[in-house]
Amino acid sequence: MSAPMISLESLASTTSFDQLLATAKSGGCSSSSCGSSARPDDMDPAVWEKIKDHPCYSEEAHHYFARMHVAVAPACNVQCNYCNRKYDCANESRPGVVSEKLTPDQAMRKVIAVANEVPQLSVLGIAGPGDACYDWKKTKATFGQVAKEIPDIKLCISTNGLALPEHVDELADMNVDHVTITINMVDPEIGAKIYPWIFYDHRRYTGVEAAEILHERQMLGLEMLTARGILTKINSVMIPGVNDEHLIEVNKWVKERGAFLHNVMPLISDPAHGTHYGLTGQRGPKAMELKALQDRLEGGAKLMRHCRQCRADAVGLLGEDRGQEFTLDQIPDEVIYDASKREAYREVVARERGDHVAAKGEAVETVRAASGGSLLVAVATKGGGRVNEHFGHAREFQVYEASPKGIGFVGHRKVEQYCLGGWGEDATLDGVIAALEGIDVVLCAKIGECPKDQLTAAGIRATDAYGYDYIETAIGALYAGEFGIEPLAATA
Amino acid sequence: MAFKIIASQCTQCGACEFECPSAAIKFKGETYIIDPNKCTECEGSFDTQQCASVCPVPKTCVPA
Ligand code: SF4
Ligand code: SF4
Ligand code: SF4
Repeated sequence: MSAPMISLESLASTTSFDQLLATAKSGGCSSSSCGSSARPDDMDPAVWEKIKDHPCYSEEAHHYFARMHVAVAPACNVQCNYCNRKYDCANESRPGVVSEKLTPDQAMRKVIAVANEVPQLSVLGIAGPGDACYDWKKTKATFGQVAKEIPDIKLCISTNGLALPEHVDELADMNVDHVTITINMVDPEIGAKIYPWIFYDHRRYTGVEAAEILHERQMLGLEMLTARGILTKINSVMIPGVNDEHLIEVNKWVKERGAFLHNVMPLISDPAHGTHYGLTGQRGPKAMELKALQDRLEGGAKLMRHCRQCRADAVGLLGEDRGQEFTLDQIPDEVIYDASKREAYREVVARERGDHVAAKGEAVETVRAASGGSLLVAVATKGGGRVNEHFGHAREFQVYEASPKGIGFVGHRKVEQYCLGGWGEDATLDGVIAALEGIDVVLCAKIGECPKDQLTAAGIRATDAYGYDYIETAIGALYAGEFGIEPLAATA
Repeated sequence: MAFKIIASQCTQCGACEFECPSAAIKFKGETYIIDPNKCTECEGSFDTQQCASVCPVPKTCVPA
């Protein structure tokens, strides 16, 4: 199916309002499902309403909507062996890292500045660099101010759970309906290997005792949130040899307590970051190990596979970070919220989405009909659910698996940009090839002959034959060519 | 008797500031400092010095 081209790209870049409106209006729609909701059949409409614009809670929404984090909560009550908040660098992308900490007033100015410029913005999160529930006064002040100015923005927090139970009622009062709790264990013996200490009830606790308290508070907090109908996402850090097998147990516990999503993330342990694990040589999992564990968890609590382990001050679509465009020195003292861009963008997305869903359905049918094996496809995209990024410009590839079960998103692979300023660096290409381990085919909007040949030599096929198609449409055609009756020359 | 903060190690997280029962800790210029005239070493309030207990970096809030 060839979908009408509505340029989300031009909508999402910073343009004048007139231009934006012109683009929005020019987007005709030929599909009969136009404007229909993209809600999956098995989801409660009330839940869909809560997640449909949240890029982290809905894999589908992450093609269209953006989040921003404001770093207003630097103080922390738990020490984790994988975290070092002392180290921060503008080029680093990992949780807990920020380039500037903000006061609630500064945060509000930043949120308005971003909302005016980034039409995809739908979620404001507070994810540290410390703990949003422990550093509660600042979290609360920030949410209060922003909700007054931008009432339709979704509020979201991330916490280790230790100070969560005290604040559940206030979270409910403030309409925070998305909370992330990081839970790495349900067995305090294992917890003792992850957390050197906690600070609770005016005292520092260590060892198993600390892990026991943390575990109890986490479970209590989760149950309280579930009882109030607040959606919870559980983040777990996969630490090979420490809690990798144990996460299967964690998945069961959190599912029983009503967790909406389980997000298993790989440990990041570069020695240069100065974390305990980094310094002691604890390794992180490989992409394929992470996928294997996630596959085993399938069927428990619903899995999130598109997490980017963002900085605590990230801005933009998942997988991109426009934080550097919105540092305090670039934001005027007085900013006034202008809703027009966000509203225009939403209108177009509502239409484009219905069309995308129809295209996706057709592609999945194609794949199911061709009884073949499984194909791992890496896609270069800059949003809107399309194959629309040049190979050399991609900072990450989104990975899909096509099999007789359908087409599913399985994760993403971060790479260094191969093409900087027009020519490719060979050393970087080697890095890209290493990051694409296990991938069968790469789809992109454009790729040169040289990188294509080197990828082929490494056993990875790459093609730009499906440039600007919907991702699923492209994968469907590719799959049909691979396992169907008619071979497609374009995949060579 | 008072506590002090070793500025070179401090991550400026501010955790000590909001746990101090004596309002002795303030952010001044580039770093957090403890006002020795206000610090009570948490005597009468808690068993342990709150700034030292809550600080993420070991040996950063220490006896002056
Ligand atoms: S860290 Fe993961 S869950 Fe949090 S904003 Fe980034 S993608 Fe979403
Ligand atoms: S020892 Fe107690 S009173 Fe003194 S600065 Fe630390 S927390 Fe405040
Ligand atoms: S708790 Fe420690 S690191 Fe944090 S501000 Fe106080 S002295 Fe600095």
